[in-house]
Amino acid sequence: MSTDTHAAGAHDHHHEGGHAHSTFSGYMLGFVLSVVLTAIPFWLVMSGALPSKQITALVIMAFAIVQIVVHMVYFLHMNTTSENGWTMMALIFTIVMVVIALSGSLWVMSHLNSNMMPMHQMSGMK
Amino acid sequence: MTAAVHPSQTGEPVFYLADEHPHPEGWSTSLGFWIYLMSDCLIFAILFATYGVLGGNYAAGPAPKDLFDLTLVAVNTSMLLLSSITYGFAMLTMQQNKVAQTQAWLAITGLFGAAFIGIELFEFAHMIHEGATPQRSAFLSAFFTLVGTHGLHVTCGLIWLVTLMVQVGKFGLIEANRRRLMCLSMFWHFLDVVWIGVFTFVYLLGVLR
Repeated sequence: MSTDTHAAGAHDHHHEGGHAHSTFSGYMLGFVLSVVLTAIPFWLVMSGALPSKQITALVIMAFAIVQIVVHMVYFLHMNTTSENGWTMMALIFTIVMVVIALSGSLWVMSHLNSNMMPMHQMSGMK
Repeated sequence: MTAAVHPSQTGEPVFYLADEHPHPEGWSTSLGFWIYLMSDCLIFAILFATYGVLGGNYAAGPAPKDLFDLTLVAVNTSMLLLSSITYGFAMLTMQQNKVAQTQAWLAITGLFGAAFIGIELFEFAHMIHEGATPQRSAFLSAFFTLVGTHGLHVTCGLIWLVTLMVQVGKFGLIEANRRRLMCLSMFWHFLDVVWIGVFTFVYLLGVLR
């Protein structure tokens, strides 16, 4: 009985936890990447190097997404195997929720704005 | 296969263990803390969505272009980024069981974090002094709520950091303290991830608009 429980309890919970793969080179690589990925968007906006604002906006959003992935991998040590993949499952669920909340809010409210008659036009119609 | 599904043929009763196995203390802490961070992420998602909806409603008040000083934001961002790497060094020295060095890196992390909060409070005070209070417009309400919530998180992280430095000073790098330092590490790096969203979507895109 006691050997059974021990075997069942010990099958996947090693005590190295999340910091088994943190190394100096990993942290430094993550840090250098995030400095570069932070500096370029700031430089693009402050210098106005790109011709149009739309392109600059798209480029800095792309940099933000890449930097978030870099932080997740090198600082938060995300991978598909830790805790039997449950951290990744929780992350994927959260990303789905965040995308629904953000895109849904922006989409609905922009339609609301364009379909509602602005207040100053209504007062002008009296 | 068939032999395995007929244990009752031997006459032996079959028992199934339905109880929770005993686990060592803290075995599920990192997963539980991760799920807390994900729920915190949802809070920030809602605040980002609010800012995205209201961020253009200036009510004839100041716009991001008039208020934000990107140089200051860049300095602030580098403070948080530096605190992230110094916390990483604290975790590395913790793995090598070097108590004094871990404490030193934690202290440096705390100084960078305090610098971040100081610069942010300076920015807020400057804005409020110019009349850009949270009551001024929907844009400013959403701005102060989003950035203020992030700043509040960093402040809580600083209090936690000092608490853990006292803990490590008193009890050393025992298993429980290692676990707590690992949780704070996740919390601290998570706040840096949120800040990437803040400086991109609030400050950089705000100045572009």
